[in-house]
Amino acid sequence: MLMQNEKAGLYIHIPFCLSKCAYCSFYSLASVGLIPEYIEALKKEIHHYREIFSEFDTIYFGGGTPSLLNPKQIKDILSTIYQTYKIDPQSEITLEINPGDASFEYLHALRDIGIRRVNIGVQSFDDKLLKLLGRRHSGEDALGSVDHVRKAGFENWGMDMLYGVHGQSIKQWQKELLNAVNLQPPHLSCYQLSLDPQVPLRRTYASKGWLLPGENKQRSFFFMTAETLREAGYMHYEVSNFAKGEFLQSKHNRKYWHHVPYLGVGPSANSFFQNRRWWNKADLKAYLQDIFNGIMPILNREKLDKEKLQLETLFLGFRTQEGIDLWKYEKMFGTDLFQEKKTVIHSLIKKKFLVLENGFLKPTLRGMAIADSLALI
Amino acid sequence: MNNIRNFSIIAHIDHGKSTLADRLIQYTGTCDERNFQDQILDNMDIERERGITIKSNAISLPYRAQDGKDYMLNLIDTPGHVDFSYEVSRSLASCEGVLLVIDAAQGVQAQTLANFYLALEHNLEIIPVINKIDLPSADIERVLEEIDSELGIDPEIHIKCSAKEGIGIEEILEAIVKRIPPPKGNPDQPLAALIFDAHYDSFRGTIIHCRIFDGTVKSGDVIKFMSNDAIYRVEEVGHFKLTRVKRDKLSAGEVGYLIAGVKTVSDVRTGDTITLQDRPCLQPLPGFKEIKPVVFASIYPIASDDYQDLADSLEKYKLNDASFIFEKDSSAALGQGFRCGFLGLLHLDVVQERLEREFDLSIILSVPSVRYRFTLKDGRTVYVDNPTHYPSPTEILKSEEPYIRANMMLPERYLGAVMKLCMDKRGTNSNISYTGPGRIELSFEMPLAEVIYDFYDRFKSVTQGYGSFDYDLIDYRESNLVLMDILVNGEKVDALSQIVHRDRARSRALLACERLKEEIPRQMFKIAIQGAIGSEIIARSTISPYRKDVTAKCYGGDITRKRKLLEKQKAGKKRMKMIGSVSIPQSAFLAVLKSDTD
Repeated sequence: MLMQNEKAGLYIHIPFCLSKCAYCSFYSLASVGLIPEYIEALKKEIHHYREIFSEFDTIYFGGGTPSLLNPKQIKDILSTIYQTYKIDPQSEITLEINPGDASFEYLHALRDIGIRRVNIGVQSFDDKLLKLLGRRHSGEDALGSVDHVRKAGFENWGMDMLYGVHGQSIKQWQKELLNAVNLQPPHLSCYQLSLDPQVPLRRTYASKGWLLPGENKQRSFFFMTAETLREAGYMHYEVSNFAKGEFLQSKHNRKYWHHVPYLGVGPSANSFFQNRRWWNKADLKAYLQDIFNGIMPILNREKLDKEKLQLETLFLGFRTQEGIDLWKYEKMFGTDLFQEKKTVIHSLIKKKFLVLENGFLKPTLRGMAIADSLALI
Repeated sequence: MNNIRNFSIIAHIDHGKSTLADRLIQYTGTCDERNFQDQILDNMDIERERGITIKSNAISLPYRAQDGKDYMLNLIDTPGHVDFSYEVSRSLASCEGVLLVIDAAQGVQAQTLANFYLALEHNLEIIPVINKIDLPSADIERVLEEIDSELGIDPEIHIKCSAKEGIGIEEILEAIVKRIPPPKGNPDQPLAALIFDAHYDSFRGTIIHCRIFDGTVKSGDVIKFMSNDAIYRVEEVGHFKLTRVKRDKLSAGEVGYLIAGVKTVSDVRTGDTITLQDRPCLQPLPGFKEIKPVVFASIYPIASDDYQDLADSLEKYKLNDASFIFEKDSSAALGQGFRCGFLGLLHLDVVQERLEREFDLSIILSVPSVRYRFTLKDGRTVYVDNPTHYPSPTEILKSEEPYIRANMMLPERYLGAVMKLCMDKRGTNSNISYTGPGRIELSFEMPLAEVIYDFYDRFKSVTQGYGSFDYDLIDYRESNLVLMDILVNGEKVDALSQIVHRDRARSRALLACERLKEEIPRQMFKIAIQGAIGSEIIARSTISPYRKDVTAKCYGGDITRKRKLLEKQKAGKKRMKMIGSVSIPQSAFLAVLKSDTD
């Protein structure tokens, strides 16, 4: 019932790393021995879903560290995709790269096999912070990788930055941010550090008695980031995502926020189709075993009823600059959100958390900062 | 009658009263192992969880003593809180003796003393039982010394036991037979039966628990309640085993039940005397008091759709709780609800919990109040137990509040602290008497409002639990009263209004503002909480808004997790009441009245 006119996205999880980063909670293994076998399994899984999905207009290699795959391996996976599905000629095809892997030759080869967008995991230019975070590259590597990305001819690319790390003042972060802006990336993701229960950095924080920034400081970080980048000409199109223009937004990621169907393959990957969501086991061994036994390695699935979809529409919508399309909302759920929550929405508008624009209920920056509470109106 | 013993078990909390009762029941074979559920007498969930007995209960234990004779030992359980002290006194009035259980490790504690005094008042034979002797920390010598010095009874007469291990149970049963006197009374005299409890059975209606002092009652008899001359025909009499066991008759000295077509428990008054209509006794048994609620609060459903459910549940609840009353009420902030009367704050807590648990209702309670009396300029006198009905200040000629006389028993060493507490609570006309070495009886006259507020908790705390406390309403006295309102973002929340003494208004208002600040979760806006008398603001606090709560990442794998988290918060919000644009949780309403010493 949702966004049927928009084409689906395909996510490919590459669960391998040379070393695990201290803050990362995505599923991956710090060994690469199983890559060839894994690619065979991936191809089987991709093939399996041809009954459900038929066409994609985004392909996203995430991880883990997709840049551990050599161009031949990536090409192998892409060939299977092209053979199995209709791929829109305008498709956004992204691969996440680690600055340590971003040689000019590698990037050039990526372009040759049809990767159209790269996202560099820079995180910081400060070697001390990089070390604390457990990154295997230096700030120097990051600068070099940006250079290679450009030289290889990528026009649509982005970088990820991380802030709110222990010992980092707002001033220091602003300096980092300006360094990033000076490189003029068409796309920037700036994530505030959070510590999921299982990540090693959490134990470091606990043992040293460090704390994540308090709410007021978090807010200052967030506001400064947004204001600096907005001034530098970026669209703040999602809480942590900024782009130099509408066409430079991550087409793939916005599918997650707008209930557009997507297929995720590989361990721990999530898929969404016709109000159903399912996700794979976060265990490479189990994944391989299931695939080679001819069964899908699905850990669990859920069906979203109207109430769940409504709640998701709100908390995802309020994360984005686009906000909530009231007309579409009414068409989808049969209720007029604006009428239903008139009093509270009016007061939120009055207090400058929301604005109403062309039938969209959009969060202001203040609103975006409390998107989770806004969803509970 | 010589083969009957009526007794009760009294103890400080957790000294093992219920376990001992269980053991006695098991030992006498009243129930077999298979049906045995620990702590049989405390049969309500709340009683088990809080470890207090709210409703009393009775059971008859058949016992063949060492002398070869068969005895009927009637164990009458007692509730354990001041709100229910009248019920306790009626239960004790039905006995000739008590087992005073003392923990071998903890020794004589607060309620040991308090209960001991109560037993003395009723002239009961007291058998000290030192329990938990199996504990490694047991110190029997010390406990014996305390029994001698604190209670002033001969330590030689004690019995050692471990209810948990089943040690000393037979000795206790023998002591009950040998030391507790058999009941007196004459089965040929006119009937005089004391009602010490009643409960509701959905098949049979009200089951009256009674002790027969004189005479005999059997099915078919026409009986009369002496307090109100109500007449009923007896349908069935019997004894309490684990279930009711029907008998032909109940005679002088016996404890048992009586079913007589009484519709609700509230038609029965604990402490009332039952007699026969055609052959009444000359006078009722002593000690009857009409118990009246002294604390009033309104109950509202959180979801207004639940109003009818609430009404039904209150009706059902009332079947089993004679001391609870209610009538319709409505609040500008909270909608339709009921004004209810309670014996005290614990009673109120219990009612709230039982409504939520047994009837699955989410309710909000307004701030409890006592019943004030106002004389108006037009000559009328009005009683107000609901701040919403506070008369216009310009019309009030005289304000009065109810006073009580508090009777306290305590070890002398706490006298100073208790005196200070009573003065703090606007106590006057104190009276001290020494009732034994180191033991003091203290009485004070105090406003009831101060007593229900947090007196009992603080009394227990300053006497470290060694004091006992009881009170009687005496009269109304003139007082400087004001109506204190609470405003949340400028909007008056009538359920949080309180009638208070002017000298107390500011501190109460400050406390209320602070409490609300703790209880109301942060929201998207700044929330201002104010305490006011009329238009004068006397206290305020502010809840700062959420500044940032959005998480950095929300991609495919995060969405379900995030939604589940928000669903939980949303469910929590459903249990809150919207006042204007502010969600106020249920807990906030009661927190306002809780003591600041917790």
